[in-house]
Amino acid sequence: MISSESRARFEQEVAKYPADQRQSAVMACLAIAQQEIGYVSAEAEAEIAEFLGMAPMAVHEVTTFYNMYNQRPVGKYKLNVCTNLPCQLRDGARALRHLEKKLGISMGESTDDGMFTLQQCECLGACADSPVLLVNDRTMCSFMTEEKLDQLVDGLRATEGNA
Amino acid sequence: MNPQQVLGQFRATGLETCFHGRHIGAQILDGLDGSNWRLKDYEARGGYQALRRILGVDGSEGLTPDQVIAAVKESALRGRGGAGFPTGLKWSFMPRQFPGQKYLVCNSDEGEPGTCKDRDILQFNPHIVIEGMIIAAYAMGITVGYNYIHGEIFQTYDRFEDALREARAAGLLGDRILGSSLNFQLHAAHGFGAYICGEETALLESLEGKKGQPRFKPPFPASFGLYGKPTTVNNTETFAAVPWIIRNGAQAYLQCGKPNNGGTKIYSVSGDVERPGNYEIPMGTPFSVLLELAGGVRTGRQLKAVIPGGSSAPVLPASIMMDCTMDYDSIAKAGSMLGSGAVIVMDDSRCMVKSLQRLSYFYMHESCGQCTPCREGTGWLSRVVDRIENGQGRQADMDLLDNVAENIQGRTICALGDAAAMPVRAMIKHFRPEFEYHVANKTCMVPAYV
Repeated sequence: MISSESRARFEQEVAKYPADQRQSAVMACLAIAQQEIGYVSAEAEAEIAEFLGMAPMAVHEVTTFYNMYNQRPVGKYKLNVCTNLPCQLRDGARALRHLEKKLGISMGESTDDGMFTLQQCECLGACADSPVLLVNDRTMCSFMTEEKLDQLVDGLRATEGNA
Repeated sequence: MNPQQVLGQFRATGLETCFHGRHIGAQILDGLDGSNWRLKDYEARGGYQALRRILGVDGSEGLTPDQVIAAVKESALRGRGGAGFPTGLKWSFMPRQFPGQKYLVCNSDEGEPGTCKDRDILQFNPHIVIEGMIIAAYAMGITVGYNYIHGEIFQTYDRFEDALREARAAGLLGDRILGSSLNFQLHAAHGFGAYICGEETALLESLEGKKGQPRFKPPFPASFGLYGKPTTVNNTETFAAVPWIIRNGAQAYLQCGKPNNGGTKIYSVSGDVERPGNYEIPMGTPFSVLLELAGGVRTGRQLKAVIPGGSSAPVLPASIMMDCTMDYDSIAKAGSMLGSGAVIVMDDSRCMVKSLQRLSYFYMHESCGQCTPCREGTGWLSRVVDRIENGQGRQADMDLLDNVAENIQGRTICALGDAAAMPVRAMIKHFRPEFEYHVANKTCMVPAYV
């Protein structure tokens, strides 16, 4: 079930569009649902479909078309590393390899403790900041040398101890 | 530390990419320091004066919508998103007397590999885009607009929402703007990972809450756009250029560029340079000057090749590139395109097969799947380049690549097919011996750098 806080955010998104075009808010609603529950579940799609007056399949089409929607549960932190050509020229692929080694997984996989999911991704639009990675869709991390990658992973792991 | 504090340590500050003080005659990125993005700061830099002038609320007599469009035409401002279409001409295509709603859309879906300029504009100077959009709305008689922002730069989307709130509170957006009769509602929307939505009709589909699959043109957005209504779509940097033109005059804008290529342009320089970043310089500046601003080629290396306009633009060897000036006409004459102004620099340690391998994978991954030549062709290109890179290429593969690319180009609804085909053909045209060497020797002509 989507929380009432997320529902309130849905309302704000719908208000941006003409009254007969509620469907326009589907991208935002799916992103909000993902932020809350970590991925886009079938239940979330059904709730959003009902909320926007769309066919559930039309919502599912959107979920599956755009790269950033998680179609299944992911780790607590999803790390998307850009390896496109401008990044490849500035150690983007190397950053991905380093994280694979550090986390002991291959790209596309999650760590056993459910902390991290590691993915290669397409252009983040931050080519001059390479190596760059995006954490949980919303936080971009720039100039990620191997030292900083270690700092990021170790730092996030340490927050678990503090919790 | 909590998780947000951990991640916050790695947030881009713009110091390296934007506030390096290495622009020439900057109009959009001038005077920015990362903290002065708010409305009061923008107004201190002369912001919203252009809007006040056209509305005549600053004591002047104001400008008519026709006068605004004429000024933009005279300035020779061309679309900064990639196509370079004359902005004033595009604005004049909008129907003047239309009984229903018309829409204005800003294309901030910046995902062309190499391009990262719109992010810095929106992050560090969001009000310049808002002012440009209000002026455009006035010129075309539009009352509702959307800024569609690349989903990957969510912090920038949040920043733009903050700027919108400031503008609304100050009476710069909404009904009766600054006490005039102008009404304009502006909202922010975001993508969520689809390169194709940078194509304007795919973007409109996405704004309607659908898969971002491009529409067949014609009809063009000016007659059938968002929700089937007349719509103008311009790039972020294009809107950002407009206030300066109104404030300083079309002739002044034209003169700081070169004929048919008005104004300044922000180039995103990436790859093998010492100082990657955004550089705003006048149109027509020699490439060698831009390269120098970016710190030159990595120490100890020679320039090998440059992709001058984002990954879709044909690659140019160093010898051709060093003779070019950075403007639409010069780069087109050299056989490539200025595109979005993303300059990807490659030094002599780079293998062109490996470079093309990553590019071709990108287009295969991002093809929307609607047109057969692109859906099948991009996969075919990617697989063939892959096998050459992995030492399993055949002598006929170069001709095969060229043939597949030729059969994609011009045979698809949108330009993604062309964008996938052009880099392949240019790579083979200019660096064929490298591909042949790869096939014959199952290894690189260039020793691996990494």
